[in-house]
Amino acid sequence: MIKNGTRLQSQVCDTQVIVVRSADSLDDLRAGGAPMVPIGGEADTSLTIDDSMSDGTLMGKRYVDDTGAEVLVTKAGKGTLSIGSTPLSLKEAKPLPASD
Amino acid sequence: MSISLLLEMAQEAASADPGRTAVVDDDIRLTTEELSTLADGGAGVIAASDARHVAYVGTGGAMLPLLLFASARAAVPVTPLNYRLSADGLRALLDRLPDPLVVVDDEYRDAVGEGYRTIGSAEFLESARTAEPAAEFADPDAVGVVLFTSGTTSKPKAVELTHANLTSYITGTVEFASAEPGDAALICVPPYHIAGVSAALSNLYAGRKMVYLRHFDADKWVQLVLDEGVTSATVVPTMLDRIVTVLESRDITLPRLRTLAYGGSKVALPLVRRALELFPDVGFVNAYGLTETSSTIAVLTPDDHRDALAADDPAAARRLGSVGRPVPGIEVEIRREDGTVCGAGEPGELFVRGEQVSGKYTDIGSVLDEQGWFPTKDVAFLDEQGYLFIGGRSDDTIIRGGENIAPAEIEDVLVEHPHVRECAVVGADDPEWGQIIVAVVVPRSGTEPDIEDLRSYVRSQLRGSRTPDRVVFRHELPTNATGKVLRRDLVDELNAQTKEPA
Repeated sequence: MIKNGTRLQSQVCDTQVIVVRSADSLDDLRAGGAPMVPIGGEADTSLTIDDSMSDGTLMGKRYVDDTGAEVLVTKAGKGTLSIGSTPLSLKEAKPLPASD
Repeated sequence: MSISLLLEMAQEAASADPGRTAVVDDDIRLTTEELSTLADGGAGVIAASDARHVAYVGTGGAMLPLLLFASARAAVPVTPLNYRLSADGLRALLDRLPDPLVVVDDEYRDAVGEGYRTIGSAEFLESARTAEPAAEFADPDAVGVVLFTSGTTSKPKAVELTHANLTSYITGTVEFASAEPGDAALICVPPYHIAGVSAALSNLYAGRKMVYLRHFDADKWVQLVLDEGVTSATVVPTMLDRIVTVLESRDITLPRLRTLAYGGSKVALPLVRRALELFPDVGFVNAYGLTETSSTIAVLTPDDHRDALAADDPAAARRLGSVGRPVPGIEVEIRREDGTVCGAGEPGELFVRGEQVSGKYTDIGSVLDEQGWFPTKDVAFLDEQGYLFIGGRSDDTIIRGGENIAPAEIEDVLVEHPHVRECAVVGADDPEWGQIIVAVVVPRSGTEPDIEDLRSYVRSQLRGSRTPDRVVFRHELPTNATGKVLRRDLVDELNAQTKEPA
């Protein structure tokens, strides 16, 4: 299972994420339809974004699946985050008041 | 995740409005980009020194975020130290850090002395502007910040906070770039306190301008709130008391202030009520946390304050004195001495668990249990709705004739007496009972409280065993800079008096 704190990047858009809560499902984490790779790793330049997976990611937002996996977007991009072909959903956080 | 990623993300968000000020500290004004450039250069200065640790002795301001991020980018831990310590006290702590580079404000150079590798704060800032930048990315499990506990009850302990502890607190409790344009936070907590560290990270991450006040003064605080359009601030109880006193005596309103958070130590309810009355449009936040938990673990929100204040039901009204409910990512458990879990309303020791919880000390190691729970040593209970009530440190528990008595229970009653301004209840040595209950009272100005009246006031509301055996008066209570009452000092004073021949 991928380690909490691991940073991943998309091969087909600008999206970067950090793993906040790992789960087995993240082994098949994709952005824009293509598997995400460790930051600084080689991107396969022959890959292109899947148009059906291009709703985009939002900077600073957290995305979750239904098995408890959670990633934080540290750089926004055009691709959709998904596990296989199932898109992750945006985690709606109840905002806390500024406390420090 | 390294805390430097928080700065990278803030930079990304700030790129939409590159001229926006991120840090204000007297004459220093920095944008996020400028802070980042200085942090890169500062990392270069640290890396070139080959130091294994960075220590900071000074009053903070912009130096704090700068050193936090510069150290992170050099992948070296940083420790802001209490600049109010004596030279001996300071050196005793510096000696416990591995081969530190000591960054020091000029006025504390003599206190630090010649025994360490030192660089003046101004010189560090100057060098950071021109140094060859360094940009490492610290391992998430590496220690990012080491803070010494205040040591009010024992020798200061060095708490190790990892990058993962700190960043999970920030990303778990702060919504990224959620601040409105023009939002500004006034930061007057000291740099060596966990609240100072978390304020530097959370406000940057939220995109809120950070306005520093290095030396707290209530008049200056009010002036800065007005001048810088401050929308949120965090204060410790003694600061809140002084701010309320200043504003009550002058006809000033703070129209832009939206939230005022208080914490650091317990705030007496009469003061909370005065503050709520004085600022009807401000949202009050009571934040409870420990150094070992990377700051806040429970929050009483503005809505909670309003609901409790308006409540007729005693259980709901009582929540004004609670620290609210745990933040996301924190689990809490109240345990009896035998380790079993307490029911609602039953006091025991507070245990907490979550990624922001370190529970690890240099030279001691981790004190987490096998399931990852941290013993806070705070006496607490949860009510039916999950609101957390803190009853003080378990070390402060008075044992009188075999009965355990939490001082907070008596203090909460006594401080409501119209003649009491402040009070602390402590246990003094006694040949018959082991310890006796002594109430140390600071009278409200213009009053002369009657000892028997105070004792019967407590007796009318609590069990007889809670009645103070003695009441003594003082002009003020001894406290540290963040308002924690130095109970040990009071106990020592009382014990010394009783040992003197009559």
